[in-house]
Amino acid sequence: MNIDGIQNGYVIDHIRAGKAMTIYRYLGLDKLDCSVAIIKNAKSRRMGRKDIIKIDELIDIDLDVLGYIDPDVTVNVIRENALAEKKHLTLPEHVMAVIRCKNPRCITQVEQEITHEFVLTDKERGVYRCIYCETAHKNDDRADF
Amino acid sequence: MRHMLDIADWSIEELQWLMDTADDIIAKPEDYANAMVRKKLASLFYEPSTRTRLSFEAAMLELGGSVLGFSEASSSSASKGESVSDTVRTVSCYADIIAMRHPKEGAPTVAARYSSVPIVNAGDGGHNHPTQTLADLLTIRREKGRLQNLVIGFCGDLQFGRTVHSLLTAMSRYQGVKFVLISPEELRIPAYLRENMLKAQVPFSEVQKLEDVIKSLDILYMTRVQRERFFNEADYVRLKDSYILDKQKLALAHSQLTVLHPLPRVNEISQSVDSDPRACYFKQVLYGKFMREALILKLLEAKA
Ligand SMILES: [Zn+2]
Repeated sequence: MNIDGIQNGYVIDHIRAGKAMTIYRYLGLDKLDCSVAIIKNAKSRRMGRKDIIKIDELIDIDLDVLGYIDPDVTVNVIRENALAEKKHLTLPEHVMAVIRCKNPRCITQVEQEITHEFVLTDKERGVYRCIYCETAHKNDDRADF
Repeated sequence: MRHMLDIADWSIEELQWLMDTADDIIAKPEDYANAMVRKKLASLFYEPSTRTRLSFEAAMLELGGSVLGFSEASSSSASKGESVSDTVRTVSCYADIIAMRHPKEGAPTVAARYSSVPIVNAGDGGHNHPTQTLADLLTIRREKGRLQNLVIGFCGDLQFGRTVHSLLTAMSRYQGVKFVLISPEELRIPAYLRENMLKAQVPFSEVQKLEDVIKSLDILYMTRVQRERFFNEADYVRLKDSYILDKQKLALAHSQLTVLHPLPRVNEISQSVDSDPRACYFKQVLYGKFMREALILKLLEAKA
């Protein structure tokens, strides 16, 4: 893996091809001052094609959001030009402002100020439920990110 | 601070305390007549539900407390666009406990996050209606003397009936309970409830006709089947009589059956059944008030 150019930062690897921009948006990388590189459609033995994001600073990354969007990505932590840690992600127990409740009868549909919150209720099948109306949301639906 | 948002948040022991207290209030109402003196219940009803509102208000009055509130959104600040959180923060300055009915699901959960006093969900859309379930539980316990080892039939619209979902979930926690689910194909219980029962190994069967199973039941919980819920007219015509309880069907049941209904009823229970001693749906209304009294006591004691 090519990590040249990063002294301290992250390489987010094994992103499903085409999903880098989604992750970029959800992690708020557009708001950073440091340099961020997006590599699209890189060749991967495991995945055929994949996306990679490189971040040139050790910012706080919301691993929950990342785990929800794509639990198969790997987060490589780079310190002083070397791989310091490999973080494997899991589905988070609780996500805020990531999944939107689609139940038209939910209170979140009429009160825009309320943050949409979901909790993981079935780990095996990746089912989340709205904390307000309990409407289920399957993690497979993340394709619409 | 406790709230009553969903019956599933309450342990069997807590529910038992509520039922024991309700029994005690029924036996000795004078002991409780001053329990809530100078306390106020706010009933915030964003949609009209006269019977539920009156039940809460009667409960608070019987305990010596007083009531304030509104009975539809148009007579409240909600019609000016005020959020639930702001309304609740304001009302909790005036009242000691809030009963909220709201057409949007989860509104009482939002309220509970911002309130400085206990919130009781008095019905939120098609989601929950826990105090109806409290009434159902007390009625079953008083009529049967137990909550274990019962065969409970649910009949009618099992897909959209929130009172069915909530009672089914509550009764699933007791030993030896079996369910018989009687509904047209289109109106069977939601998949998640079926999965929950399978996971918890709660025995149940699903059938289409009441007359086929009524004999096996200890409890029959009736709900209304609306014509517009059917996909086609032919099915409605073919099946509609199977979801109406009349004297002929009741004659097939055993003498100790308890017939319940969350009310209001339309035509799913024939009026000729009302005088039968097995018809308990008006007792259920009365017990609902006593359970609301017990709940108010519990929530306000817990706070103090
Ligand atoms: Zn929702």
